[in-house]
Amino acid sequence: MLNVQELRAAYGESEVLHGLDFTVAPGEIVAIMGRNGMGKTTLMKTLMGIVPARSGVVSVDGTEITGLKSHQRVASGVAYVPQGRMIFSAMTVQENVETGLTVTGKKKVPENIYELFPVLLEMKGRRGGNLSGGQQQQLAIARALASDPKILLLDEPTEGIQPSIIRDMARTLRRIRDERGLSIVVSEQVLSFALDVADRVMVIENGNFVHDSPRAGIDEARVSKFLSV
Amino acid sequence: MFSDYSMSELGAIFAMQGFAGLILFSVFVLMALGLAIIFGQMGVINMAHGEFMILGAYVTYITSNVFSDYLPALFSIYFFVAMVLAFIASGLLGMAVEWAMIRHLYKRPLDTLLATWGLSLILQQVYRSVFGAREVGVTIPDWIMGSLPVTDMIEVPINGIFVMVLAVGISAAIYILMYRSSWGKQVRAINQNRVMAGAVGINTEWTDRLTFGIGCGVAGVAGSAFTMIGSTGPTAGQLYIVDTFLVVVFGGAGSLLGTIASAFSISQAQSIMEFFLSGSMAKVLTLLTVVGILMLRPQGLFALKLRK
Ligand SMILES: Nc1ncnc2c1ncn2[C@@H]1O[C@H](COP(=O)(O)OP(=O)(O)O)[C@@H](O)[C@H]1O
Ligand SMILES: [Mg+2]
Repeated sequence: MLNVQELRAAYGESEVLHGLDFTVAPGEIVAIMGRNGMGKTTLMKTLMGIVPARSGVVSVDGTEITGLKSHQRVASGVAYVPQGRMIFSAMTVQENVETGLTVTGKKKVPENIYELFPVLLEMKGRRGGNLSGGQQQQLAIARALASDPKILLLDEPTEGIQPSIIRDMARTLRRIRDERGLSIVVSEQVLSFALDVADRVMVIENGNFVHDSPRAGIDEARVSKFLSV
Repeated sequence: MFSDYSMSELGAIFAMQGFAGLILFSVFVLMALGLAIIFGQMGVINMAHGEFMILGAYVTYITSNVFSDYLPALFSIYFFVAMVLAFIASGLLGMAVEWAMIRHLYKRPLDTLLATWGLSLILQQVYRSVFGAREVGVTIPDWIMGSLPVTDMIEVPINGIFVMVLAVGISAAIYILMYRSSWGKQVRAINQNRVMAGAVGINTEWTDRLTFGIGCGVAGVAGSAFTMIGSTGPTAGQLYIVDTFLVVVFGGAGSLLGTIASAFSISQAQSIMEFFLSGSMAKVLTLLTVVGILMLRPQGLFALKLRK
């Protein structure tokens, strides 16, 4: 579904991603683990066209999206839940979700989105900025799903969220995958969440992948060693 | 200066000049609205805004000539057609300018100031070449120029009421579009977080262009209204851009209500004083008052409440 070859990205002169290769199968959930500053956010932003790729090829479902603008990538089936959620805080919950409808041409938010996150329906007239952290995270996911993606990118979705809600989030993400058949790439620092949610775990260190293993039979000790400072 | 008039005469003069000031008020409101839409969306101060207004005035002039030459039977309603055409012409020119020039300069605000100022000079020269340096007057249909008698000394000019209803209607329409239409939603999302707006699928470049076009189109409608109080010349826009900046600053940037209140007070003050003093003296007094008030309230009449 997602195919990335030799992807390089840089801020000015300093290269941050040094030629990444990976593939995500349809319906697969991949967790990308790594400590702070290892390049997870840069990878997500490069996939979204927010940071330009220096070289390499990205394709979705066989269609190359490498040089496209962000909104064109959304139209090609990529959706993004950024680190820090970045909801539109002065807009209502419903309006936030509706911004995600832009590429679909729909006017009304499909009901199955509110079925996933009933709390958003209750709060649809409230300003996004007045929601709790966990609710904002749900809102950001709902907004991303509104564009009807083939692949969902989530950047550290558990950051700043209570442990009890993190459990629910893993379940919700798997449910989304099961119901919609989309692929998910999620970056993480919390191993337990990654093990809850992912089919495959990769580790990124200083802009290179250093480990790649299916969830079944993963060497937990080895992965957590990468994650400890 | 009031001593030559009796109280009832003064009352009548104030009322009549007040109604005459409604057109100026409407022009200010529409101009300020267009400027504010553009500034709010992309942080561009459009120095050529007055020339977009004048384009609307010239379009009105052309439309009136076409109607009187070819469709004299429909002359009484040409003004409605002219306003729509003025909106379209100024709007399209605005979109073209955004595409050719402004979009390359978004990261350089000072350059947009210079570039739009240069554009205003270019447009003035184009108007001079096409329409001549002399000012042209527009024939307004009789019914608009008529007035409704209220008392034997006070008459209400229809054009003032007409243009004011128009200006208030357009302001309301823009406000509604901002909060109800998908264009408005996209504009507000971009205002909050441009990068994220792109990443949820909004075509930010197209929205910018459309917004610039709408702002310029509203200036074009202001130009249509302007033909009722002034004659149209290549540089007539220059006079209004300064006043419009005054209105925006005085009202408190970013506040629709403030803009309307400030447009109202400035236009009324000018119109009423112009009856007793020369036009330039009225301007000087208005300016001094505004500067005085701004020294007491630097944030303008209605300050925008900034969110954290
Ligand atoms: N806007 C930026 N400009 C320059 N360097 C940056 C910028 N953003 C991130 N970096 C650098 O890129 C590297 C990877 O950062 P990032 O992708 O944010 O890592 P992570 O998300 O894994 O914590 C870090 O060394 C960081 O300092
Ligand atoms: Mg990060």
